[in-house]
Amino acid sequence: MISRLTKRILIGALTLLCIYAITFAMVITTPGNPFQMSERNMPPEVIRALNARYHMDQPLRYFFEFLGGALRLDFGPSFQHKDWTVAQIIGQALPVSIVLGFLAILIAVLVGVPVGVLSAVRRNGWFDLSTLGFVLIGISLPTFVTGSVLLLMFAVWLNWAPIGGWGTLGHLPLPGLTLSLPFMAYIARLTRVGMLDVLGSDFIRTGLAKGLPARRVVWKHAFKVAFLPVLSYLGPAAAQAMTGSFVVEKVFSIPGLGQHFVDSALNLDRGLIMSTVLVFAAILIAFNLIVDVLYAAVDPRIREAA
Amino acid sequence: MTQNSNSQSRPSSRAWRRFRAHRAATASGVFLLIALVLVIMLAPFSASWYDVQGITEAIRHPPAAHSVVDYEAYRQDLQTRPVGRSFLSIGRSAYRATAWMGYDNLGRSLLYRCLFGWLVSLTIGLAAAAISVTIGVMWGSTAALAGGRTDALLMRVVDILYGLPYILLVILLKIALTHPLTRLCGDRVQAANVIILFIAIGAVSWLTMARVIRGQVLSLREQPFIEAARAAGVGPLGILRRHLLPNLIGPIVVYATLVIPQAILQESFLSFLGIGVQAPTPSLGRLAAEGIEAVNPFVGFWWLIAFPCGLLVLTLLALNFLGDGLRDAFDPKSSTAVLV
Repeated sequence: MISRLTKRILIGALTLLCIYAITFAMVITTPGNPFQMSERNMPPEVIRALNARYHMDQPLRYFFEFLGGALRLDFGPSFQHKDWTVAQIIGQALPVSIVLGFLAILIAVLVGVPVGVLSAVRRNGWFDLSTLGFVLIGISLPTFVTGSVLLLMFAVWLNWAPIGGWGTLGHLPLPGLTLSLPFMAYIARLTRVGMLDVLGSDFIRTGLAKGLPARRVVWKHAFKVAFLPVLSYLGPAAAQAMTGSFVVEKVFSIPGLGQHFVDSALNLDRGLIMSTVLVFAAILIAFNLIVDVLYAAVDPRIREAA
Repeated sequence: MTQNSNSQSRPSSRAWRRFRAHRAATASGVFLLIALVLVIMLAPFSASWYDVQGITEAIRHPPAAHSVVDYEAYRQDLQTRPVGRSFLSIGRSAYRATAWMGYDNLGRSLLYRCLFGWLVSLTIGLAAAAISVTIGVMWGSTAALAGGRTDALLMRVVDILYGLPYILLVILLKIALTHPLTRLCGDRVQAANVIILFIAIGAVSWLTMARVIRGQVLSLREQPFIEAARAAGVGPLGILRRHLLPNLIGPIVVYATLVIPQAILQESFLSFLGIGVQAPTPSLGRLAAEGIEAVNPFVGFWWLIAFPCGLLVLTLLALNFLGDGLRDAFDPKSSTAVLV
């Protein structure tokens, strides 16, 4: 188990390194550089001085210097945001994105799982059918549409929530709900399919035949097995919710990392691009790792195989 | 469906029968087919009609039965356009229809903008599906057939690309490709832009396909009939073409269908962030984003949101239903799982 874990961590680190290398190559080869972005042409001495400071004319040196800095969590200055280091920007924006993503996944699990179980138990009933409709709409509606509609309804017309921004508890529910909808829909569907699979198996029939109460069979015996696919989905889902919230952040004007990521890529703010990609990728890899470990802990078949 | 009739029919006709039993999926398929035909027939037409603008009374005019634009002005306008002239014969009915979905901020007919946007969205979806099938199938089957080191290397590449945020790929590809492509396309900047979107969205959509195909090939590889073919001296390419691909059609079709709505949705996000198709080219996502920007607490231009979003949701719903129905049809195990 321990050796498997170390191996996974090593592979994760290697993957991260490759992602860094690819991002670096893309950023360096993309035409235009941060020093040329300003309106006026800079005198050659200034460009020379800047190159001497950041070594952007020597890609290999820049590659290793940035990597070395990143290992010490020093990502250098931002070229777009004056007087800010990239580390400061990330330090301020990342917690916001993490809180939002965590909240969204929490809502998605708390609603999606019971809905999925119930619709499996009441298969083809009205609850099941309306859940199916909800699931498909949840998957099909872009978050900027649901977000804007929610914003109009609850913030503008009903005045129950602030219109946008971040900082108080009142700012949380609307973006959290908006971000959670697609995940909720997918989790409900996964749970339903998993439950239907399990409910048809022999040990459930045995349990029911023995006279165990149906509620207990469903929630204790069947649910334990049906939850496994949901669990393995939660890793990528959590990473996706934390790193892919830029649309929701824009709708509700939340100062998260997603907005910085899009802006930095558009402005070719090299340090910020590479740092945000590294942070996003690290989150993704870390969550996949956590879920793998949890999976092994929950599923005896995998635990024994390892 | 008795066991007897099942065993006598070919697998493909059995799949077809199962698919037709799925009523929502069949309806979705028919809907999409009609949409595609409609859009392809009307798109060149609508491209020449929607950008008639500058007529003040049409600006943000709500949906109506009759066009608010002067017919003679429209005729004049059409005559100046190369595509428009051939549609003068359709004349009045098409002219009347311009008002059915109202007009946008610039007084352009929303109906014709939606039609053209629909075409752009569907094309982006189809292009992404085509790219993901091509790369995904080759990548996945190569990995599974080669096995060992090659397999590990190829799948590691997929893992790594999964870790790269697609938005970054899209933005950087756009910046990198804009210059050479616009030079290639001459002054058709719009076309270059849409092509970049095809490439960028296609480049990130083949990963799931590659994983699925690899899994399928891995399990098929161990089947006796493949072993028999190998024993008979069929080479790896022959096995792939003659024995594996026919068995892979099911998953390929299913996942290609599911890639289309994803690509359309991704394009809509990009458009919302302002990096999708560029104005004045519409896509359903762009139109929805434009509608949302136009809305404020005091006046709701509901039609600007309702029609593009409605079309978008209907299309995505239909595609998802279609994908579900196809999966049930091609993968009997999953359909029995639902029917237990």
